[in-house]
Amino acid sequence: MSPVRIQWVAFLTIVTKEIRRFTRIWQQTLLPPAITMTLYFVIFGQLIGSRIGQMGGVDYISFIVPGLIMMSVITNAYANVSSSFFSNKFQRSIEELMVAPVHPGTILLGYVCGGIARGVGVGIIVTLLSLYFTDLQIHNLLVIVLVILLSATLFSLGGFINAIFASKFDDISIVPTFVITPLTYLGGVFYSINLLSEFWQSVSLFNPILYMVNTFRYGILGVSDVNIGFSLAMLVFFIVVLAAYSLWLLRRGVGMRQ
Amino acid sequence: MVPALVVRNLSKVYDNGFQALKGIDLTVEQGDFFALLGPNGAGKSTTLGILSGLVQKTSGNAEVMGFDVNTQTFSARRYLGVVPQEFNFNQFEKVGDIVITQAGYFGLTAAQAAPNAEKLLRALDLWEKRDQQARMLSGGMKRRLMIARALVHDPKVLILDEPSAGVDIELRRSMWTFMQQLNRAGTTIILTTHYLEEAEQLCRNIAIINHGEIVQATSTRKLLSQLSTETFILDLNSTVAADFSLAGFECRKVADDCIEVVVEKGQSINQIFTLLTQQGIEVRSMRTKSNRLEELFVDLVRGANA
Repeated sequence: MSPVRIQWVAFLTIVTKEIRRFTRIWQQTLLPPAITMTLYFVIFGQLIGSRIGQMGGVDYISFIVPGLIMMSVITNAYANVSSSFFSNKFQRSIEELMVAPVHPGTILLGYVCGGIARGVGVGIIVTLLSLYFTDLQIHNLLVIVLVILLSATLFSLGGFINAIFASKFDDISIVPTFVITPLTYLGGVFYSINLLSEFWQSVSLFNPILYMVNTFRYGILGVSDVNIGFSLAMLVFFIVVLAAYSLWLLRRGVGMRQ
Repeated sequence: MVPALVVRNLSKVYDNGFQALKGIDLTVEQGDFFALLGPNGAGKSTTLGILSGLVQKTSGNAEVMGFDVNTQTFSARRYLGVVPQEFNFNQFEKVGDIVITQAGYFGLTAAQAAPNAEKLLRALDLWEKRDQQARMLSGGMKRRLMIARALVHDPKVLILDEPSAGVDIELRRSMWTFMQQLNRAGTTIILTTHYLEEAEQLCRNIAIINHGEIVQATSTRKLLSQLSTETFILDLNSTVAADFSLAGFECRKVADDCIEVVVEKGQSINQIFTLLTQQGIEVRSMRTKSNRLEELFVDLVRGANA
């Protein structure tokens, strides 16, 4: 059997296993974001949104929907990889992969694709739910697809690194709670940064999630606070950096090999 | 024919400074049934861990079927099946999925792996449990699941780290039979065990490791021939006196109808029967006082510790 075929089948096996995992526990993985986002649509979109009026030149609910979809994608991509990989480490089932002829790149790609699958899956569920509350248009499909895939990839890699260093379950909730959630809320999901003072606008520009939310919003509504080309380039740059670091950690067996 | 396993000057120092291996050398030929014995903390699991890629060596070399485990990692791993000491599968996965998924990591699709997975699960009495989550299995079943998982890609070399730990006698014996069949079919088997009876019955060659060093590495027969004495317990059909003795043998009365006789190297057991017959005593049954290998193991380890 050729080494390439071994890696290909191993990759498909990891992805299948990951998808099987998050669909098996759909009550913990797919249902909660659907309920949370529906509440956001009802409370912020309809009840409060109707009194706010317009934001960024569109209805408030139309403004927040892209941000909420993106928020679902990145948090779920991150959570899938961090919880699955750490759980495998915790149960030592990661050893199944470590004793097999699977390249570290294959392992990384498999887990990241699993994260992308859940992120995109949840994104689709949230998008379908949002259609009940507002009409969505597509301004630029290529940008939509690109930014969703790149963001899910980046956060899957982040989840992977988090899981490698985590030694207990608490460790995989620290980053989402203290880093991702605040950055998401301050990343222009609910407001345009044009509402902020010049100083806070400048500070906001250091928030990477602002670029993802705005690029996705551009793909849907055609409005954005940031430069789209710059956003996509930055996403690619950080993906390359985190992927290289993840591979280095895997090769050294950090957190796994004694 | 390349050896199944070659270890040269293999050392391991853990981050806490503990030196688990001090430059060991080992060779296991293809088709062998080999035991690596040693007390807790001797370096057995570290050695197997380095071979299987779970432990990073400090220095030295290890080869599986001629492939270096560090520089030709993927080639070496293709020939290796590993059954670790601790359960290391996802407890929430189904039994069948665990085996098929492992085959996938070795490049076999689910369709390609299915016949072998079924054969193994049936042979190990797990076929009926294939759709159950692994956490529902008993301890013995979980251990057999790890054996099925390790064999699903038909490895040439199977490493078993204490496969019968915590397994009841009946199951242990059925596992022995399974492993003997596997070995007869050509699989090289390397095991560590605390049941020295297991090693004596199954293995053709044995290495004893203590404090990270190989104390002995030879055939089981040669190792046992080093025993200078062996103690037998004889159940008799009649009672014996308190001062009972057998000329030329060290002998002790254990119960009214039971004696213990020490047979030294060069002495014959037949002589005991002759002497007993002369006294009109018949032997109902006879057994060794302790496992022969166990006696030798204790002597060797004690000698190395001295």
